[in-house]
Amino acid sequence: MNAVARYVARRTLFLLLSLAVAMVVIFALLRLLPGDPANALLSVNATPEQIAAAREQVGADEPVLAQLTTWVGQVLAGDLGTSFVSGREVLPDVVDRLGVTIPLTLFAFVLAASLASVVGFVAAYRANRWYGVVLSGLAQLGIAVPVFWVGMVLVWILALDLGLFPSGGYPRAGWAEPAEALRYLTLPVATVVTVMTASLARYVRSATQDVLGSDYLRTARSLGSSLPHAFWRHGLRNASVPVIAILGVELATTLLGAVVVESVFSLPGLGSMLVRAIAQHDYPSIQGVLLVTTFLVLVIGFAADLLQRVVDPRLRRRTTGTAA
Amino acid sequence: MTRFHTVRAAVGLILSVAVVAGCGSSGDDERAAGNEEAAVIHVGSLYEPQNLSNVDGGGQGVTEALNGNVYESLFKLTDDGELENLLAEDYSVSPDGLTYTVTLREGVAFHSGKPVTSEDVRSSVERVTAESSQSARKSSFEPLASIETPDERTVVFTLATPSISFPYNLSYVWIVNTDAGDLKTEEDGTGPYTVGDWTRGSSLSLARWDEYWGEPAANAEVVFQYFTDASAMGNALLTNEVDILTSVQSPDALAQFEGNPDYTIAEGTSTTKELLAFNDQMAPFDDVQVRKAVYSAIDREKLLSSIWGDYGTLIGSMVPPTDPWYEDLTDVNPYDPALAEELLAEAGLPDGFSFTLDTPTYDPHPTVAEFVQSELAKVGVTVEINPISADEWYTKVFQERDFEATLQEHVNDRDVVWYGDPDFYWGYDNPQVTAWVQEAEQAATPEEQTEKLRLVNRQIAEDAASAWLYLHPQIVVSSSDVSGYPVNGLNSQFFVYDITKG
Repeated sequence: MNAVARYVARRTLFLLLSLAVAMVVIFALLRLLPGDPANALLSVNATPEQIAAAREQVGADEPVLAQLTTWVGQVLAGDLGTSFVSGREVLPDVVDRLGVTIPLTLFAFVLAASLASVVGFVAAYRANRWYGVVLSGLAQLGIAVPVFWVGMVLVWILALDLGLFPSGGYPRAGWAEPAEALRYLTLPVATVVTVMTASLARYVRSATQDVLGSDYLRTARSLGSSLPHAFWRHGLRNASVPVIAILGVELATTLLGAVVVESVFSLPGLGSMLVRAIAQHDYPSIQGVLLVTTFLVLVIGFAADLLQRVVDPRLRRRTTGTAA
Repeated sequence: MTRFHTVRAAVGLILSVAVVAGCGSSGDDERAAGNEEAAVIHVGSLYEPQNLSNVDGGGQGVTEALNGNVYESLFKLTDDGELENLLAEDYSVSPDGLTYTVTLREGVAFHSGKPVTSEDVRSSVERVTAESSQSARKSSFEPLASIETPDERTVVFTLATPSISFPYNLSYVWIVNTDAGDLKTEEDGTGPYTVGDWTRGSSLSLARWDEYWGEPAANAEVVFQYFTDASAMGNALLTNEVDILTSVQSPDALAQFEGNPDYTIAEGTSTTKELLAFNDQMAPFDDVQVRKAVYSAIDREKLLSSIWGDYGTLIGSMVPPTDPWYEDLTDVNPYDPALAEELLAEAGLPDGFSFTLDTPTYDPHPTVAEFVQSELAKVGVTVEINPISADEWYTKVFQERDFEATLQEHVNDRDVVWYGDPDFYWGYDNPQVTAWVQEAEQAATPEEQTEKLRLVNRQIAEDAASAWLYLHPQIVVSSSDVSGYPVNGLNSQFFVYDITKG
């Protein structure tokens, strides 16, 4: 237990370190972008005095290092700064947007993971039957298709043609009316699920195939265990270790990839906030969104790592070994 | 055990989503019931405001949603381009044109309840002219010398030089409460609506204000729904999530509404001019013959119809038909490739020349650039297309004047006066035109102003100061049961108070 605690502590430290590095990188990359943040505030008829005033207002006239320390100081105080453009604090805006992006990502993730487990398993277990082949083929097809295209097709059929769901947007009341919110999220979630299931199913399939072809499974079967029973007892755990790693990556990808889906469906999520902020050179907003997403991605990676250790004792032992 | 929990949770989730999906139709019924009362109008737009202020970089979305709806000015620019009294009951001008005395309408109060006084008018104008103001209109108030408020209902503006556009310029100045807090995040106007909820990235609602001084709005609430994608916006109209789209910017998006009796397509007169702007200071575009040659080599009719089909208008100068000094000048530089070659030869460039065209990367500029490129190739002129972002355009072309020619849309009415400013980005410098523009501004009567600007208009066309390719169409699409909306949307205004449904 001590070793596990030490492992968690070490990983937490690593996470914080990664965040610190990420902050510097995010900050530096933004300053390398061409263009001037003051432009975002100005019209074509701006005078040089107006431009200077705008630069001063957004702090672009200060030395870069001073800007960085200001930002880091703010973040440590739990403040993501104030948007150049809207004049509002970034943190509450980010939290608002997370209310859209996180449910979108989680629903899609849980559904896709469940579906992919079944599809991938059947595709491997019944690789020679016609439906196994069809499922593998569909998974292959699903990977080849871009997210926005899936979204457009779903809108076309389910919203425009059949009128079952709204074609986009998000209810004003948000989660105050959960049924409405879910109704608006259905098509975006379905879009992500389609694409995500396809790619996950392939991993599940190959992990299952590896297990099915393994010596220990053959041994178990030679001792009289049926294949389903043997897989359940000995295979599942082994198959899930690589799958968990992929799930972590996939969850992070969905979070980051939400930007496309959010734009197809006009959802007020983090992705659309980021795109808009970049177009406007709104540094505090860009930094805020990137920092929060980086943090979430790191946490997901951390959680996936821990989960793998829970499932696979060999990984735990290795940790204990090095820690001791 | 845990595994079974997971499975059960997953099944539960799938079921709940299915149930929610089933609820969909009932939600639509509720909305349909709302439609019958014509109480709430849903407006689809691509221009979400950045904040609620029009002097702090709020963008064109602020004007669209708030101008005339939440905030009012002393004067109002109507959808037909006329200037009317709004919060000003009346005004008079001194014979020398230097003093404007405005009497305020009685009984007008801000949404906060405070009555509007001359002091509010003064601070509102000063808000626009302030050092920190980012208003695009700031420079038009340069002639303003002082503002006095002899009593609560009288404002006296004193100008250093006559400015006949002064009342017109005031139509952009929102009258706001002197004591208001942060106007980027809160409003305190006098218009027929107050700002309701604003879900960032999604929607902004306006609620009818019952204590409005004038005729109350015809609907109870207007919800602006914002889209980042034009086709998503079109879909929202097709699925009845919105009732009207403020402006459709792409002909492809129109096809799905054409010939469908459920929708109305209104084409108004826009003020948005598509320009091939030359750097008139730089060879070879410092030569009138060269500019005229380039202009005459481009088949504008074909360009317009290939981009917009049957929509849009050809123009031969900077002036749109809604400006008082409009005149059809499309024949001054006719489409005539033979003439173009002749002019080039006269200018000493019989074998043509080549130049770089700085092209903003968003629609319709890339398409226009390719068209111009192929047209000019026919007369021996080689165009190299240089795609640049809007931000780069601002820095490279507008601020640094580092360009040979560029494409840009100029959206406002009365833009022609920029040709009187030799320091403007295109560098057109004709002292006669500069003098006319100044004389027009200092004119004693609107007729005199109109007369001078007509001269300007004709002169810049004869000099081919720029190549004015066409006037964008202004297209509003709505469900056919919706009426009462503005069709011209001058300067991005969109008055919503007369819109009704059903």
